[in-house]
Amino acid sequence: MSTEKSIWKKALDWHEERLPIISWIDHSLGTKYPVPRNLNYWWNFGSLAMFMLAVMIFSGIFLAMNYTPHVTLAFDSVEHIMRDVNYGWLIRYMHANGASFFFMVVYIHILRGMYYGSYKAPREVLWWIGLLIYLAMMATAFLGYVLPWGQMSFWGATVITSFFSAIPGIGDSIVTLLWGGFSVDNPTLNRFFSLHYLLPFVIVGLIFLHIWALHVPGANNPLGIDATPADKIPFFPYYVMKDVFGLAVFVVIYFTAVFWFPNALGEAVNYVKANPLQTPEHIVPEWYYLPFYAILRSIPNKLLGIIAMFGAILILFALPWLDTSRVRSGNFRPVFRIFFVVWVIDVLILGWVGAQPPEGIIPTIGLIGTLWYFGHFAVIMPVLGWVETPKPLPASISQSVLKAAE
Amino acid sequence: MKKILLAATAAFTFTAVSAQAAEHVEIPKEKWSFDGVLGTFDRAQLQRGFQVYKDVCSACHSLNYISFRNFEALGYSEEQVKTLAAEYEVQDGPNDEGDMFKRKAKPSDRLPKPFANDALARMSNGGALPPDLSLMTKAREGGPDYVYHLLLGYEEPPAGVQLVTGMSYNKYFPGHQIAMTKQITDGVVTFADGSPNDAAHVAKDVTAFLHWAAEPKLEARHSTGLRVTLYALIFAVLAFLAKRRMWKNIPH
Repeated sequence: MSTEKSIWKKALDWHEERLPIISWIDHSLGTKYPVPRNLNYWWNFGSLAMFMLAVMIFSGIFLAMNYTPHVTLAFDSVEHIMRDVNYGWLIRYMHANGASFFFMVVYIHILRGMYYGSYKAPREVLWWIGLLIYLAMMATAFLGYVLPWGQMSFWGATVITSFFSAIPGIGDSIVTLLWGGFSVDNPTLNRFFSLHYLLPFVIVGLIFLHIWALHVPGANNPLGIDATPADKIPFFPYYVMKDVFGLAVFVVIYFTAVFWFPNALGEAVNYVKANPLQTPEHIVPEWYYLPFYAILRSIPNKLLGIIAMFGAILILFALPWLDTSRVRSGNFRPVFRIFFVVWVIDVLILGWVGAQPPEGIIPTIGLIGTLWYFGHFAVIMPVLGWVETPKPLPASISQSVLKAAE
Repeated sequence: MKKILLAATAAFTFTAVSAQAAEHVEIPKEKWSFDGVLGTFDRAQLQRGFQVYKDVCSACHSLNYISFRNFEALGYSEEQVKTLAAEYEVQDGPNDEGDMFKRKAKPSDRLPKPFANDALARMSNGGALPPDLSLMTKAREGGPDYVYHLLLGYEEPPAGVQLVTGMSYNKYFPGHQIAMTKQITDGVVTFADGSPNDAAHVAKDVTAFLHWAAEPKLEARHSTGLRVTLYALIFAVLAFLAKRRMWKNIPH
């Protein structure tokens, strides 16, 4: 083999001396990024979330080329996309269903972090940035849902923005500012469109921070113990290949929804143009908000309900300290495992409650579910850390992996 | 004045009645040619359904998102579409003299609306506004099954149910009181191809047509979907094999 450098290698070296972008990518998600060898498939969902963000941004750019943010034209322009734009139906269905799949993937990603203690020291800031991404996603999805200007778009926007009127003193002014007037109308649609295009790029920025904060301590793993260099393998090609496989499986499921059940996750009434004079029978938010909507409605006082709803997410920021156990992985915490599953079921019940009209026993179930939700973080998690006896941890990942391989 | 008041009252009760749909009526499932992984539209059925729309529904209901040119998807030739469009008159203008004028419709024109505006539509229909049908099969829970059964769901009101003046009782309509009277009856249209024209067949044909109007790209969606998803599936298998081979000597 010749020792002479090829012209391409020389050109690359020249460029790398001036801007080492290839080395930077290699260190971020390539051969120079060591990752614990024992990650299971629950660790695939971070890359899937990034894929979904890319799908949303690309499909969104093409939708924006053909969409008109005006109350008289918005609904018609969406139908124009569906009927007259080449593959417009595909772009729109990918975007509309993409929002749901983005949330599904992110919810699994969050639950994985909660079960394996990925929020604990030294990854608290990583966890926080993740929660900020989640909040930005919620805002983006809400703004985007308003844009087709169907009945649920309009009435959902009216209900959600009215929440802010409960803030004492300045509430009404905030609502006027959000609306750009005295009701949800054209100025509302215009600013929502503008912000809906802006926020995804804020999310992109947050993802850079998220990955940066991930690289400082390195990835957690299913055992939750610190990984030594011997326990690690390079991200490329091993985890890139694993992520590609996971992505292919995910894409099959996502495409099944896009091509055969494109409206299953949507509300039929949103195919009726917004009518400020006619309220739909039930105003329900998209499924990914339902547990929080249930928390809001289960508390009889409007202001307290809103505080509880936002508190349900904000309390997660304190989770690294509310969880007093030093053991990260739920695999070694027999009692925590049970309470974790109960909490997930509680959130699912709250989601169901959020979809029901608030009649009969429903608000009571919602209230119990809400109390359990907060009790889990405020009482169970701290107490559990003190009273629970964790199972003995393995000395190292390699030891545990080799033992299992025997 | 009295007429307007009456219309306003009817409009109010109409919305009030439709708002209190607490009970849940099970909508039976129907078989459609467009169901399934590779479901397609039946062109002959769409043409029959269009005839029903044209002869019956279009007296009150618009189809705002449909242009004549779209009817080529029903299996009509370009010439047939031109001839069909020419049966209609649309307003155009202003011309060089500044006057609006009527002309024969062209394939690029949208279907003319039955009423010039919503107020006129309400006035002509006892205060109720006949909804646009372009998206009807997607805009109601139950989709085509709901539309089909609604068209046939007219019944005598059960004992004790007081109908508002001008309303009909319909088993499947939320709240059961619907401003549209029964339209689809045996023999309401006669099909050129001699297909059965009892109420059930007519309702089925027009519902299929309306589903085409709501989801005109359904066939492309199904066929593209099958190709794309099969490709992804094969890719997933290959990716799995590649992953397994790559990880073979890595204890994990």
